Amino acid sequence: MIADLGYGILVVSFLTALYSVFAAIYGELKKLPNMVESARRAMLLTWPLLTITAGILIYLLTHDHYEVQFVYEVTSRSMPTYLKVTAWWGGQAGSLLFWSWLMSAFTSLVTFKKWDRDREFLPWVVAVGGITLAFFLGMNVFFENPFAQLYQTLDGITPHTFQPAQGVLFTPQDGRGLNPLLRHPGMIIHPPMLYLGFVSFVIPFAFAMAALISGRTDDRWIRLTRRWALWAWLFLSAGLVLGSRWAYDVLGWGGFWGWDPVEIAAFMPWLTGTAFLHSVMIQEKRGMFKHWNMLLIIITYDLVIFGTFLTRSGVLSSVHAFAESAIGPMFFVFIGLTLITSIALVIHRWDSLKSETKMTSLLSREALFLLNNLLFISVLIVCFWGVIYPLVSELFTGQKVTVGPPFYERATGPLFGSLMLLMGIAPLSAWGHSTVKTLGRAIWKPIIGAALVAAYAFATYTHNIIALVGFFLVALVILVTIYEYGRGAYARQRSQGENIFTAFLNLTSRNRRRYGGYIIHLSMMLMAIGILGIEIFQVETQGTIGVGDTMDLSGYTIKYKEVASWDDNASGVNHTRAVVEVYKADGTYLGNLNPRKDFFFDTQQPMTIPGQLASLKDEVYVLLVDWEPINQAGTTFKLIINPLVNWLWLGSFIFIFGIIIAAWPERAERAEARAGKRVPQASAAD
Amino acid sequence: MKINKFVIGGILILGAVVFLIWSSTAATSEYFLTIDELNAKGASVVDRSVRLSGAVIGDTIQYDAQNLRLTFEIAHVPGDQALIDNEGGLAAALHQAAIDPSRARVKVEYIGPLPDLLRNEAQAIVTGKLGEDGVFHAEELLLKCPTKYQEAVPEQASAN
Repeated sequence: MIADLGYGILVVSFLTALYSVFAAIYGELKKLPNMVESARRAMLLTWPLLTITAGILIYLLTHDHYEVQFVYEVTSRSMPTYLKVTAWWGGQAGSLLFWSWLMSAFTSLVTFKKWDRDREFLPWVVAVGGITLAFFLGMNVFFENPFAQLYQTLDGITPHTFQPAQGVLFTPQDGRGLNPLLRHPGMIIHPPMLYLGFVSFVIPFAFAMAALISGRTDDRWIRLTRRWALWAWLFLSAGLVLGSRWAYDVLGWGGFWGWDPVEIAAFMPWLTGTAFLHSVMIQEKRGMFKHWNMLLIIITYDLVIFGTFLTRSGVLSSVHAFAESAIGPMFFVFIGLTLITSIALVIHRWDSLKSETKMTSLLSREALFLLNNLLFISVLIVCFWGVIYPLVSELFTGQKVTVGPPFYERATGPLFGSLMLLMGIAPLSAWGHSTVKTLGRAIWKPIIGAALVAAYAFATYTHNIIALVGFFLVALVILVTIYEYGRGAYARQRSQGENIFTAFLNLTSRNRRRYGGYIIHLSMMLMAIGILGIEIFQVETQGTIGVGDTMDLSGYTIKYKEVASWDDNASGVNHTRAVVEVYKADGTYLGNLNPRKDFFFDTQQPMTIPGQLASLKDEVYVLLVDWEPINQAGTTFKLIINPLVNWLWLGSFIFIFGIIIAAWPERAERAEARAGKRVPQASAAD
Repeated sequence: MKINKFVIGGILILGAVVFLIWSSTAATSEYFLTIDELNAKGASVVDRSVRLSGAVIGDTIQYDAQNLRLTFEIAHVPGDQALIDNEGGLAAALHQAAIDPSRARVKVEYIGPLPDLLRNEAQAIVTGKLGEDGVFHAEELLLKCPTKYQEAVPEQASAN
């Protein structure tokens, strides 16, 4: 019964979203302010409605209502309550509802304030947000009902939204349980982060469309949504990092990124989003790239929808692919329609989006930003090509041909390298006009510094040419960034009489976007060190050893001490845990590792958990492969040494920190927000 | 003149990207075959890196932990989504493939840890080379269990 109630409220939310779309458009076209106001209120109503819907689903999940198909599929009695709650996004129907819930929260946040100054945007933002929301809710209402219940009928047990004739409600004893691979902290936070990022990008898109439709095509829409875009980028980045960490900790292959279509699906909007964050600065400062920014946010929006679709359909072979279902074609139609409509709008307003200034110098900052954008789009094209290549080749040759990680590494490597070089040059270039001479004067010292670092790496660490180029670029960017940072702080110290540390802090808080951006650049370089390390220097070995025996690899020795196995009935898991000591080649004891194999009774699935000994130099990563209960003489381990990989994780923390610095409201905005005044910048952005 | 240098720059970048994509595709692309297609190609794909998809036959899984040598057989599953849909979805198609003895099968050999997801009726996507002996030597092993993620009907139903 309560499931029916949930479905009922879901349908009401869907109708409310549809109403707000029609009321907003009709009200605006017929100049009926009350109608637009009613649309705004309807939009505000969707969030409480969907919160109740979600509350009902969570109630069902946590109270073992296995007659509900979704609950049966993603939970089981042995799962702890927090996992039952997070199982909300552990399956297709639930994650679509989760998407809608976030979407309605964000559109409500945006429409909560009455926009006196930006009245003309309001109906169109409500309409665009409402269309997106209604589409996702429609998926839930018509194709993927999370409240469908199992009925015993003449054809067996099947899920139905409404009780079929002669059907009897069927309640299984226990649920199937969430896939053990997904029962990991990283995997519990990863989908919400990605979704938050996905959904936040809808807001800048909605404003862009509002700007195009209303004809107010100055950079107002960008200023209003700048912070949204940054937060979107923050969540998307955090989602990608958490997903990588999850893969590294759980999937047991010693890597963090497999160029899987689903990973790429989340990475593609990140690429266009990153390009967008850079190029809007040029529009704000120089009044250029207006068409380009529109196109970028449109592409980002559709990649967000495409990303949600890719993870939710069986089109492409992928470890993640949840299911193949009826919603695929719907997503394609939706993507196609929104893409065509929004590009038609850009063409319609083409003349009013003309640049205010002309680009003159190839080395000017705006030209380098353009180059940065082209490189991000190139990486996007590589990714997109890789994802659709099997479909394209099948279409034209009848033969499915695929590309794997080697393709992506080969094709994106030079592009990422060029991006790093650009990160080193661009901060030193000037707006409007730069020459080789002025640039050379600023950059020669960092170049020499970076060359020294590369020479040192050559002498002490590696002769690998790709690694050396990589280290050179990393050093160059770090030196240039610190140089820029230091120059600003030094100038401030002199002019304001502050000590260097205060000058540093004030510098950052006065120009958050710029200096937050520099912190992000620095963190990217730390991550690059980790990626170079694991991609180029990873070594592995495997073998079967007895208790007391050792295994050597690349300057490390592991010694097998013991193994034990026991049932943890409360959690429904059997644990097998080995104890392994790690030594350096010279005999220094480094620590104990406990590689583990868990066997989950409810899903009948094993899960291999590595033992990891982390340091900034190397990470020792040990997997328990196989063991014999009776004869402890033969236990098989896989040993992987991942050099420098922890720089990746260290860098990702600083990365997130840098985005928060950049996205935090400026002092002026906060002060005015406190005073209760309506600040143009903050009205929709906070 | 001023415009020209940007156009030339743009064309150069575009050319470089096209070249990157083209050369990387040419160097790394692999056939993605079903087992019937593999058999049809026969000797022409021996010692060429290909991807192969099929349903794992649970009874044939053998693991020699001493040498980390894993062998199992996979049975033909149609590659066409329409055919899979005809059989009632991927899970049903895998089940059909595993119980039908007339389906073509290939023996796969893989050296490495026993994957957690390897089980009867899982979909295996293996990348490697077909040897002269007819055994497929996999370098990479990807497993998908559609039933683990999503299934329209609970297991109890299939008994009816």
